[in-house]
Amino acid sequence: MRAGRWVFLVAALVAVSLVAIAVGTISIPISGLWDAVRGGGDPLAATVVRTLRLPRVVAAILVGAGLGVSGAALQGTLRNPLAEPYLLGVSGGAAVGAVVATALGLGVVLLPIAAFVGALVAVAAAFIVARAAGGRGDPRVLLMAGVVVGAFANAAIMVLLANAEPNVVRNALWWMMGSVGDATWPQIGVLAVYIVVAGGALVLFGREIDVLALGADAAAGLGVDVDRAIRRVFLVASLVAAATVSAAGLVGFVGLVVPHIVRATGVRRHRPLFVGSALTGATLVVLADLLARILRPPAELPLGAVTALIGVPFFLSKLRQLT
Amino acid sequence: MIVFRDAVVRYPGAEVDTVHGVSLVAATAQLTAVVGPNGSGKSTLVRALIGRVPLASGAILLDDAPVTQLSGDERARRIAVVSQREDLAFPTLVSEYVALGRFPHLGVWRAAGPEDQRAIEGATAAAGVGRLDDRRIDTLSGGEWQRVRLARALAQSAEALVLDEPTAFLDVAHEMAVFELLHRVARSGQAVLLVSHQLNLVARFADHLVLLHRGRVAAAGSPDEVMRAEILEPVYEWPLVVTRDPAVGAPALVPLRGRTGAGRSNEQ
Repeated sequence: MRAGRWVFLVAALVAVSLVAIAVGTISIPISGLWDAVRGGGDPLAATVVRTLRLPRVVAAILVGAGLGVSGAALQGTLRNPLAEPYLLGVSGGAAVGAVVATALGLGVVLLPIAAFVGALVAVAAAFIVARAAGGRGDPRVLLMAGVVVGAFANAAIMVLLANAEPNVVRNALWWMMGSVGDATWPQIGVLAVYIVVAGGALVLFGREIDVLALGADAAAGLGVDVDRAIRRVFLVASLVAAATVSAAGLVGFVGLVVPHIVRATGVRRHRPLFVGSALTGATLVVLADLLARILRPPAELPLGAVTALIGVPFFLSKLRQLT
Repeated sequence: MIVFRDAVVRYPGAEVDTVHGVSLVAATAQLTAVVGPNGSGKSTLVRALIGRVPLASGAILLDDAPVTQLSGDERARRIAVVSQREDLAFPTLVSEYVALGRFPHLGVWRAAGPEDQRAIEGATAAAGVGRLDDRRIDTLSGGEWQRVRLARALAQSAEALVLDEPTAFLDVAHEMAVFELLHRVARSGQAVLLVSHQLNLVARFADHLVLLHRGRVAAAGSPDEVMRAEILEPVYEWPLVVTRDPAVGAPALVPLRGRTGAGRSNEQ
């Protein structure tokens, strides 16, 4: 049963990825996929797969995995079932950082760092707003603060872009709604390093997050320096989220939905929860990107719009459980 | 052995001390109980012990070494604490929860070994929660949950056990079961420090009683020495008599009726 769960999660990711590579304006038969990936067979199919679809799917896998792990870590640490980088304003702050970095001409390697700095500023701002609102124990207050900070970040980006070229503005707006369509291999390489290293660190902290999820007093009784541990998880989860933002813009609700799906399969401890959330997040974003490409052809929907369409009803159901 | 020496605690931002120089000893192989009215500083002592609130002055010692100088892990390997409140944001299984008691021994790197397994099994058996292993925490009754929390603390294999009102919300049978268990734990060699409102049970089970009043020790000694009407009445600010319980002859407090509506004025 337990092994079956992991086989299922991996199989789902592989299956959705294969379909996402095969389906599109130019359909490629599953039997021809491997040839196309290696650059053999039909040259048109090979070009489409190697330069368009494969990078896109790999980027979606990394973005989804990062958002899933980041959401699961934030939920466990804040003991808040509604926490996730997008709703907490982390992603919005990261977007401001990324826009500033792009304006300054920082390269692809430093872009996530700039996004990370923006994310940290947003986190700090969200906590300050939540404190001003009182109600420290209420998980909804921090969410509200995060949404406010996210709206402020959006406005800041608009101000930053006010005098930019029209096509720069268009690209920026498209990116802000989330997209893995323009992913390039160097970008994917950088993203992979950030996601694997920082995500791996979160998996390592998983056992400590199990203890943090008991509440501050219980965690302190078990020897955890609670404030420091929470800060540490926040830093790393924000770094993961910032890396996804710098590659794919704002993709909301994945970090919210995914950990709940994995928990529903009976995973409770955070280490397996993180691994499961990475796999499920990857599957969900690959699927959402596939839907973004095929729902309204020939137009393409923003990835963030598709994940929001999936995520908002889910958010409402979770919100109802809290009240 | 845990020693509080002239411990003074002031919460950050507060204008007055919550605890004004409390000294007490929780000796090895004894059950020491801290009692007192609401707001007398009992829970604050526990929170100071686990570092959730800093000591303004004084010291908390574990075998003559200041607890504050121990790392969190080391402190938790030597002192297990069951805090007053604990609610899980995401329900886990009882077995997984009890296993968290090994966290101070494992940290994030070490894998659990046979020693950890033995500690978990011993704690589960001692607390009598073995049959609950596969239950989810959110399906437990109040009594089951308290015993599961005790099992988690026992799994820490510490030399001292500190509990903040472990029998709150429990019925008579479950309350007795917890006290019997704590008594056995103390007799097996651990120092047990218990914060409780259950004066009459404490009088039967505790070896040593410390009565707190407004952040100070009002009385300390054996239950017979502390459980006296002339000591308890001014502290609880309620008329009462102390009698002997007919079963075992321990001192027993009986609050009297007659002060209608006259509430106490120093509620926190």
